[in-house]
Amino acid sequence: MPVLWLILIVLALAAAGFVAGRLRVTTAGGARPHSLPNYYGWNVAMKVMVPAFAALIVWLLAQPFVVNGQVSGMITEQAIPEGSTLGLVMSDVRRVADGLDTAVSQGIMTHEQAGSIRAEFTDIRNRLGEAGVALGSNVSAEVLRAAQKYRALNATGNLWMTIAVLALALAGLAWGLKQAHGEFRARNTVETGVRIILLSAASLAILTTVGIVLSLIFNTIEFFRIYPATEFFGSLTWSPSFGGGSELGIWPLLWGTFYISLIALIVAVPIGLFAAVYLSEYAGSKMRAVAKPLLEVLAGIPTIVYGLFALLTVGPLLLSVFGRDGLNWMQAGTAVMTAGLVMGIMLIPFVSSLSDDIINAVPQSLRDGSYGLGATQSETIKQVILPAALPGIVGAILLAASRAIGETMIVVLGAGAAARLSLNPFDAMTTVTAKIVSQLTGDADFASPEALVAFALGMTLFVLTLGLNIFALYIVRKYREQYE
Amino acid sequence: MTDATYQGGGNGSSLVASDARTKRRNASEARFRIYGLAAIGAGIFFLVVLLTAIVSNGIGAFQQTFIEVPVYLDPAKLDKQGNRNVDDIKKVSTFGYTPLIQAALWQQVQNEGIATDYTKAGDMKALISASAAAQVRDWVIAHPDRIGDTVDFKILAASRVDGYLKDRVSRESIAEDKNIDAGHLDLTDALREAGIVHKGFNTDFIFGSDASESRAEQAGLGVSMLGSLFMMLVVLLLALPIGVAASIYLEEFAAKNWFTDFIEVNISNLAAVPSIVFGILGLAVFIQFAHLPQSAPLVGGLVLTLMTLPTIIISTRASLKAVPPSIRDAALGVGASKMQATFHHVLPLAMPGILTGTIIGLAQALGETAPLLLIGMVGYIATNYPDGVVAGFMSPNSAMPAQIYEWAKRADPAYYERAWGGIIILLVFLLAMNVIAIILRRKFERRW
Repeated sequence: MPVLWLILIVLALAAAGFVAGRLRVTTAGGARPHSLPNYYGWNVAMKVMVPAFAALIVWLLAQPFVVNGQVSGMITEQAIPEGSTLGLVMSDVRRVADGLDTAVSQGIMTHEQAGSIRAEFTDIRNRLGEAGVALGSNVSAEVLRAAQKYRALNATGNLWMTIAVLALALAGLAWGLKQAHGEFRARNTVETGVRIILLSAASLAILTTVGIVLSLIFNTIEFFRIYPATEFFGSLTWSPSFGGGSELGIWPLLWGTFYISLIALIVAVPIGLFAAVYLSEYAGSKMRAVAKPLLEVLAGIPTIVYGLFALLTVGPLLLSVFGRDGLNWMQAGTAVMTAGLVMGIMLIPFVSSLSDDIINAVPQSLRDGSYGLGATQSETIKQVILPAALPGIVGAILLAASRAIGETMIVVLGAGAAARLSLNPFDAMTTVTAKIVSQLTGDADFASPEALVAFALGMTLFVLTLGLNIFALYIVRKYREQYE
Repeated sequence: MTDATYQGGGNGSSLVASDARTKRRNASEARFRIYGLAAIGAGIFFLVVLLTAIVSNGIGAFQQTFIEVPVYLDPAKLDKQGNRNVDDIKKVSTFGYTPLIQAALWQQVQNEGIATDYTKAGDMKALISASAAAQVRDWVIAHPDRIGDTVDFKILAASRVDGYLKDRVSRESIAEDKNIDAGHLDLTDALREAGIVHKGFNTDFIFGSDASESRAEQAGLGVSMLGSLFMMLVVLLLALPIGVAASIYLEEFAAKNWFTDFIEVNISNLAAVPSIVFGILGLAVFIQFAHLPQSAPLVGGLVLTLMTLPTIIISTRASLKAVPPSIRDAALGVGASKMQATFHHVLPLAMPGILTGTIIGLAQALGETAPLLLIGMVGYIATNYPDGVVAGFMSPNSAMPAQIYEWAKRADPAYYERAWGGIIILLVFLLAMNVIAIILRRKFERRW
């Protein structure tokens, strides 16, 4: 039975349970029930849905593993072709099994045929081709048997899953209805249940972090098993080639990342900081109401727009000044400077609104004291407010730096693809994020070091940004407490 | 008691004319103000430049050059059996239609008496989009009884011709181009005079599907818009309930202990994790591990959900916090349970704020590109509308920002115009969402 139908049936059972539970209490008569009638209904519905759906989810997650384990046991060493892996053969098996399913559903084969045809006697590839399933190579006897076993196991698995889920739902229904009498404290039970649901929703944040960390760690370990870590952290060359023999040193990428981020910060920090100072200290409420949202529009523009702006507007503009027709420092439109400038524009509102908050948090008494001593407004800002706000501003700049390091689209489009260690800001360089994209897009299989290196890069990026964020948040929080 | 008397008066300072030091300090004050103004000016200047670049480059995508030709649907070519059987007509491929269209345009050129060096219908190939044959063929298959008639068609011009009318292509820029010659541009000028070639509003750009690399004139954003829509549905259906539930727990029920602190630290860190890392998560968990289909809006939606959750949780918590404690106290005072007080009183009052935060989170998710690159939504050419709702979620599709990126990568400059045009559409959506959020806030926000 398709999963969708199963879900609908459970939902229908829950709805029926709700009505039945409610009715049972309201029509029972006798003493006043402990809770409002709806709670009895919800109690039944909850007892139908929660165990059934939990079982469904666990089963759906576990079944592929069990089936894969059983089927891959059938494939002998000899059946794996030269240069292939068990994983690739297994994906062939899955594809053939899917193909057989499609063929059955289109009526080209009967159910029995799909389970019993032999590769020795029938041209499977052509038969499946009729069903619109394209297979890359001919199907070997072993793969076909494995695929048939795969289908059989899945079919039994699905059957048992349906039975288990429906049995749980019905048991829950009976249990809930049994409880639907006036003395049962339905509200307390339902509220505990809702509380658990709320808690699990909140725990999803932990689950996400765990998911990120695990998916990075496992693949990174896999990468270091086939590529030495000393090379990754020690080599100064980045030259991946999918044919093999590639050198994957991280330093050129880190250098590109830091160089671009540095230029971005050189653009964004002065502009953002001065804008924040002006907006919080000088500007009247009218100007503030206009200028602040206008600056923040820059933060709401998606990064793909900045990327295109870098590639098609800023790059050619810089090229016309610094390129062959001008100073001849620049070879192509994509360069560190292009990406850095545009990223700087993107970060202006980030720096300005964070600094604005921080400057506003400096107590008025400090300003008043300074004015009282005869200082001008700018002297007060330079000598009193900025030093007082400095830790917070440093935190804001660090947050902006972490943003710059993790930014992807601008560098993918604006920075170029060549990994090199150079000091010339008009050279094309590349970054960690850009290389994650280029190593993981396309049909690379996840077994080669050239694809797996992206996970090691992702890990580096994650650790870097996380460290910066934690440090920055620590500074900002500590500073805030100082004046509270 | 002693009077503090003024002793000095020696430096000759006057109250009317300021001394050099004061002048210097005032000048420095004025300079500082100018720096501040200049910084704001620079920010706004960048914004204006950016918007100008977007509009001036992208507006062209909403216009397209069309050619109006009466095409003679030759029965000898299109229906050799002569029985108007649709299955037989379908056997004629687009190659059968191309000569008819070229002949029709050539006929038009001769009818108008335009002087040209070209001598045969085949020379018209450079003016006509490769999509025209398919367009005519589809029409003929839908109206088989019209074979033998001469029917007026409005077909797309080739992208070079379109570029010439939009000043993107000039005689110098095509000097090396083997697809088109200067003579074709002269012919275009003449046909334009005659009203056969003209520009019109490009509905296909908004509602159409993507096209192959060589047919920039045909590419549209419609299918990827649908992909984005399905992704946003997933985000809305998952992120809103989960985010609200998590915020209610943290704001109303959580005990102050290490576990709650741990959740809070996780949420604030997730909010700052680079979006590309969420892409890696999606690739490893949803595609490598769970074997969900690549490029599917469902996977994109799941990844964007995880990415937007922190944003939604943070804003939802702020609006829950803004509901004054007196509301809770009053509800508890008349005998409501804590759960009832929260769900019956606090949550409805916080709803406008929650919706505003959700819309802003959705807008952020709509423009996000980097995670989509990793789960395969780029590189997939979205040429077909998904058939049905399930296919909309499960079958491969593109998304608006991914489509824009895809166009920006293609070599033909005609695609750059499309990319800018796509950005205009994307920004219109974002603007609309933000305006809705602002209106919601203005209309329903309550100050306590």
